Amino acid sequence: MMVATVLILAKSRNLFAVVVLGGIYSFLMATVLVALDAVDVAMTEAAVGAGVSTVLLLGALHLCRADEAKPAQRPWLPLAVALGTGAVLVYGTLGLPAFSDPQAPIRTHVEPRYLNEAQKETGVPNVVAAVLASYRGYDTLGETTVVFTAGAGVIALLRRRKKKDAAKDDDGKAAP
Amino acid sequence: MKNDLVLRVVAKLFIPFILLFALYVQFHGELGPGGGFQAGVIAAAGVVLHALIFGLDAARRIVPERLVETMLAAGVLIYAGVGVAGLLLGGNFLDYFVLSGDPVYGQLRGIFWVEAGVFVTVSGVMLKIFYMFAARGRDEDGEEA
Repeated sequence: MMVATVLILAKSRNLFAVVVLGGIYSFLMATVLVALDAVDVAMTEAAVGAGVSTVLLLGALHLCRADEAKPAQRPWLPLAVALGTGAVLVYGTLGLPAFSDPQAPIRTHVEPRYLNEAQKETGVPNVVAAVLASYRGYDTLGETTVVFTAGAGVIALLRRRKKKDAAKDDDGKAAP
Repeated sequence: MKNDLVLRVVAKLFIPFILLFALYVQFHGELGPGGGFQAGVIAAAGVVLHALIFGLDAARRIVPERLVETMLAAGVLIYAGVGVAGLLLGGNFLDYFVLSGDPVYGQLRGIFWVEAGVFVTVSGVMLKIFYMFAARGRDEDGEEA
């Protein structure tokens, strides 16, 4: 189903359909993540990918035309690059340990400590929350700063535009 | 969409539950799935729904832009403040064990405030971006109406 969604997504020229299909793809991805027992990530994917980003993209779509322009040339080179990168990445996964192999390095390094000691050390039953906020507190601080920077960037980019529009509006409500 | 009775009633019914669910995800994040990020997005989505149904100005009256912009920075400051509080109490940066007499309780307290900081920043940023895009589109709406 996800493959079908992606194919239609790539084929479609109507941007509204693309945005809605993107939301559907996010929901499908969220169900996959639930199936993988990553409930926290699934929740984020459903809320951000399907919810807020769809609304933001629709808002952006409102500002421009609803049909994708015809590409200037056939996209064979980008397609080849994408396929090549994908093939290399798939080749790379061959070297990884098998899925849920208990002897894999990721299972023997810090994971046992997190899983066994997290509840005792932090009193938090959800290990994901414990790792996120406590063991990896610096990383999460960095992430929060990144989110803040994104917001600040949007303000910096769009606010000046708004002032210009307001100035034009003051000139007699003629501005589009 | 302002004049659609069904949408208005359904939105009025849903928005309190969306916001309540956001708070549940926020404060229950240590026990079940969820946390500051998810809760922030859900809370922002609730306000965005309100803005979609009742218009941008109605949403701006409830959650003014000044508040949103303050939230943007306040969240990061809360997060970093937890780290500095750890420093002041004699631990390392972002060391929660010193926040309370009992190390485990200190951890709980630290995680709570850190998640609160994430919640505030994320919901602030989401709302701010939405306001920005919606406000740009609105000028053209005014022409059409």
